[in-house]
Amino acid sequence: MKQTISVLVENRAGVLNRITSLFSRRAFNIDSLAVGVTDDLTLSRITIIVDNGNSVVEQVEKQLNKLVEVIKVRTLDESSLIGRELMIIKVSANKNNREQIMTICNICGAKVADISPTSMTMELSDTPDRVRTFEDMMRPYNILEVARTGVIALQKGGGKI
Amino acid sequence: MEMTGARILMEGLLRERVEHIFGYAGATICPIMDALMETPEIGYTLVRTEQNAGHMASGYARITGKVGVCIVTSGPGATNLITGIATAYMDSIPMVAITGQVPSNLLGRDIFQEVDITGAVTPFTKHNYLVKDAAQLPRVLKEAFYIASTGRPGPVLIDIPVDIQEQVVPDVTFPEEVHIRGYKPSVRGNDLQIKRVAEAISQAKQPLICAGGGVWLAQAREELVALAERYAIPVVKTMMGISLLPVDHPLNMGMIGAHGNRCANKALAKSDLLIMVGTRAADRAIISPDEIQRRMATIHIDVDPAEIGKNMQAAIPLVGDVKVILQQLLALEVPAPDAAAWRACLKEYRRAELTREFPRREGSVFPGTVLRKLGWRLDDDAVVCVDVGQNQIFACKYLPQKHGRLLTSGGLGTMGYALPAAIGVKVARPDRQTVVVCGDGSFQMAMNELAAIRCADMDIKIVLFRNHVLGLVHQLQKAEPYHGPYGVALDGSPDFESIAAAYGIPSMVADDEDKLDETLDRFLGTRGSCVLICEVHPDVGTND
Repeated sequence: MKQTISVLVENRAGVLNRITSLFSRRAFNIDSLAVGVTDDLTLSRITIIVDNGNSVVEQVEKQLNKLVEVIKVRTLDESSLIGRELMIIKVSANKNNREQIMTICNICGAKVADISPTSMTMELSDTPDRVRTFEDMMRPYNILEVARTGVIALQKGGGKI
Repeated sequence: MEMTGARILMEGLLRERVEHIFGYAGATICPIMDALMETPEIGYTLVRTEQNAGHMASGYARITGKVGVCIVTSGPGATNLITGIATAYMDSIPMVAITGQVPSNLLGRDIFQEVDITGAVTPFTKHNYLVKDAAQLPRVLKEAFYIASTGRPGPVLIDIPVDIQEQVVPDVTFPEEVHIRGYKPSVRGNDLQIKRVAEAISQAKQPLICAGGGVWLAQAREELVALAERYAIPVVKTMMGISLLPVDHPLNMGMIGAHGNRCANKALAKSDLLIMVGTRAADRAIISPDEIQRRMATIHIDVDPAEIGKNMQAAIPLVGDVKVILQQLLALEVPAPDAAAWRACLKEYRRAELTREFPRREGSVFPGTVLRKLGWRLDDDAVVCVDVGQNQIFACKYLPQKHGRLLTSGGLGTMGYALPAAIGVKVARPDRQTVVVCGDGSFQMAMNELAAIRCADMDIKIVLFRNHVLGLVHQLQKAEPYHGPYGVALDGSPDFESIAAAYGIPSMVADDEDKLDETLDRFLGTRGSCVLICEVHPDVGTND
């Protein structure tokens, strides 16, 4: 089962290294990992998606908590989290199929970020599922390049971790 | 006040009440050595290889309860120290390791004697720092000593580029307190859980305490013994918890585990409530955690929440400082469990173990026999440093302990630990009788440190079991699925009497059990250090 771990850490050089080395050493698999600074510039939030059993996730949480630069760790409740991923996708496009591609973009809520005589580049921020659907729909148009950020997430409601 | 980075380091160490450093000089710590020369309050021991600076600091820390400090140069100095750091990490020993580093403007260019030491030790340090501004040093030092010594102790490394050691800081202030947002170890145990534990104890029929190294680290020996005595609960120990109870204590059931005492393992198998105190329940101590979980109720008391449920799920977990939790438990009064029948049965197991007859062979001595006779002759508070291999297993199983300590590398199993650890002990406590137990394999990993003994005219008695093989591996290779000993014969070993003599240390040989009493008396009666070479048959096994 996929689980989303949200980690608040000191925004300092070397912190990410400590976290990834902890994962590799204890053979915990990471599906995705995204880092960014928070409203407090001394803090970064790391969102980690893992696909492991519950006891493994519990142990991951405890080991993360032991790191001096980790301030808070929380496994988010899957039924009430807002998880988003950004994808930038470049496909071959010309005057014959641009309209079709635009239709799919409109249905999926993707925006065109760049256009050239032979290509189109779209951006989409959505749940990982819907991002994947959009990617599948683009497949017939010869995907040239894809970049995805990995999921970032917050819990719904007024609380904070 | 204006100070250089190196001077700030010295002032910071003095503020942390550091009295001794173990180290090995090199180009990138010359400014620090210069400052150390002008700091007579701090003693210094030059080791003969950096790994041993870590082990000496470990021995020093374990006997004083203070943070052990070692210092080495960059590159190979730092990489050589890694085994010392990893050894301390596995046994949760409070230590601050300081490494020199190439100038900060040249970091990352692979210049002479540069390694990424903070990157290399991340898996075996509790925390580490690369200092890029000397003005940060007062805070870094304060944090490092605090992190190393609180919660679950462990090594912290501080990497200081040589130019930062020379950097002049105009206005130095030293913080009085530490504030680390992400580091707040638990101290008190949850009151509700404490009550549940007390109730579980009073209802048990066959309770058993399993005490580990965490009891020593929390300096909670007295509290542990008090709890065991109040409710008359028998106690088994892991290798790291050894010597918590004197050998003749009626509740002492010995050491559990793959290489433990039979009586201890029998007690563990039959208990109905296992109270684990400051132990990781690691593989060598608890061979089949699943079975224990199925067969008995368990209570797990530890300062590190990550240890709860890592190797074993406990019915009642209790996180906090072991000493505080034991005091909380002692403050509650519950009826003592009705376990007289259980104790009587265990007493019989223990008696059988203590009176066990050891085998005899002509022309050699049996390690168990030597250690049994040795232990009873030692001072009440003697410190015995034990190496790794058959000698470790024999000592932990059969050396009679009184109120002293047995120090060994229990977690990492680092050969060559005992001799440098004993030097660390002796530096801290010159008046305490200090003994090394090692084999001819482990001795050859550390014998260069005889120089440190010689240099400070220390009195360390070294018991060296010579069987001409790497005994424990030899024993392993003789059993299924292997096809016999290979690569374990210690051919080409030197004559250890000559080696000792070369360092001006006397030695004697024990090869006749009939004369063993007299030999041991002579050995322990020697003024200053002495090496006792015990001839052991290569086929001797730890289960004999």
